[in-house]
Amino acid sequence: MFDVTLSALAAQVFTGLVLGMIFVLLAIGLSLIFGLMTVVNFAHGSLFMLGAYFGVFIFGLTRNFWLSLVVAPLMVGALGLVIERFLIRRLYGRSPDDPLLLTFGLSLIIVEAARLIWGKIGLTLDPPRVLAGGANLGFMTFPVYRLFVIAITAAVLVAIWFFLERTNVGLIIRAGSRDPLMVRALGIDLSRIWLLVFGIGTALAGLAGILAGPMRGVYAEMGVTMVIESFVVVVVGGMGSLIGAVVAGVLMGQVVGLTTFFAPALAEIMVFVAMAVVLLVRPSGLFGEAGLLE
Amino acid sequence: MGMRGSLRSAVDWVGAHPVSAFFVFFAVFPFLVPYKALATQVLIFGLFALGFNLLYGYTGLLSFGHAAYYGLGAYGTGIVLAKLHLTSLWGAIGAGLLLAGLGGAVIGFFCLRRRGIYFAMLTLAFAQLLYFVGFHLANWTGGDDGLRGIPQLKLGLPGLTLSLESPLGFYYFSFVLVVIAVAVLKRILDSPFGAVLQAIRENSDRAVACGYDINRVKLLSFVFSAMFAGLAGSLDALRLTVVPIESLYWTTSGQVVMMTLLGGAGTFFGPFVGAATFLVLEDRLSAFTESWPLVIGAIFSAFVLFLPRGIWGTLMGGFHGRQSA
Repeated sequence: MFDVTLSALAAQVFTGLVLGMIFVLLAIGLSLIFGLMTVVNFAHGSLFMLGAYFGVFIFGLTRNFWLSLVVAPLMVGALGLVIERFLIRRLYGRSPDDPLLLTFGLSLIIVEAARLIWGKIGLTLDPPRVLAGGANLGFMTFPVYRLFVIAITAAVLVAIWFFLERTNVGLIIRAGSRDPLMVRALGIDLSRIWLLVFGIGTALAGLAGILAGPMRGVYAEMGVTMVIESFVVVVVGGMGSLIGAVVAGVLMGQVVGLTTFFAPALAEIMVFVAMAVVLLVRPSGLFGEAGLLE
Repeated sequence: MGMRGSLRSAVDWVGAHPVSAFFVFFAVFPFLVPYKALATQVLIFGLFALGFNLLYGYTGLLSFGHAAYYGLGAYGTGIVLAKLHLTSLWGAIGAGLLLAGLGGAVIGFFCLRRRGIYFAMLTLAFAQLLYFVGFHLANWTGGDDGLRGIPQLKLGLPGLTLSLESPLGFYYFSFVLVVIAVAVLKRILDSPFGAVLQAIRENSDRAVACGYDINRVKLLSFVFSAMFAGLAGSLDALRLTVVPIESLYWTTSGQVVMMTLLGGAGTFFGPFVGAATFLVLEDRLSAFTESWPLVIGAIFSAFVLFLPRGIWGTLMGGFHGRQSA
């Protein structure tokens, strides 16, 4: 009896970890964009949803999950580039509230357009046969696809770390989020960097969307609560801190996973309670610097 | 003089006596719109937007979670009438106001720990928390089905009983309360406290340097704003005799943001202009297409990009521009 409970608990910890991975991908994109551009992208959740729908679309054309996994995030990233270049760019120099308001309007448009194009009834996205079924981990069996989500997120995190820490562009991004004026004084055109970072951040949202599709289903409203929970993750981790986004994402995944196990009715609420506690104890978030970008 | 001269003097009169102008216009408003229910909706959502505007337009704090206070006002009134079975109209409205004010004080305390863009995200997160609490406390709130069974009350005044069942009766009942709220807002804005609010919006560091305890001022503004929103929620509960769970949902917060910005944030009449514009657009568009949120989203985005001062702000800016020219 005890063993059964224990393995159910272990499964829940793993499920929480998988949810945490989706949070991390969303929060890193939000945090990158915010850290460099002080733009809060409210449309992040609707781009997450588009990633899943684009995945279904590409899969329908090619019957190739792997191709969809690569192309769908790129399509979302391309849309992100258009949004930054032609809309958000007009708002630089205005109040930081304005990009938030604009992307809120965009999120309404995107969600409604998705309903119009793909209908109100949700779609499904099946993982490839290699990733179907369960893996026996010794103490429990766990869906292979979910293990894959954990692995691919870890790989993406390593790639982002390498990009930011070991490449010249990464150096400019880090410098740009610390002191944009100085970077520009050195003769670097930051507007191209902003465009690139917005594209990367939104592509990560798209990747999170197509990864979440086979687990949660694909529907127009799938990004709505995700974006709010990702905001919470970013606030808990500390705005603009990537390590904070990773730690807080994993932590919040566990908060949801474990609350679902012990008290299902409280699962959605605990995320916000955890946020309130962090705000009381450390107002700038776990890894945030006080007063940064306020 | 001529047409333009008399138009300008009319505009000047409205600017100098906004509460009287409000009173005159909304006294005849139900006869200017296609149906009375729309007029009442404009009043109530205008009041909701007025509360939001106090915080965003005048104090410079963007709340993305004002559904919380609108919902608390609605549930406060609804629970007193439908669950506690009290029959006092004023008691029910008072309960809504009190609950919204308390909610504003507690959530405001947390959210004001962070400034700027964090503040917007925190207000949204706390409103979403309240939504889930409302969803699960089904014994009190009716959960997903909404709170039903709010009786239609009569307004008892000394020597006179008015039925609130007719649309026009309810309109004028709301009208009196909203006029009082508008007068209270005017009083707040004209007070030294109101001046500090606007100083915080313009330059909060300088307000601190002038010796103002800006956190206390912001919290008070937050609570006032929440109570205006709560009164709107309370009136809407009485109007609909039901409180849908969506009252607390983030879409309601989004609506009040859109209404205020469409009308003109930081202007006195902007919230009502915006509420009327939004509700008429919704009414007309939804007759044509199910995808009306797409059109409203596009209009709102265009306003953020090209007309950030909103309809009323742009009109008044035009007048002032001509005056100075």
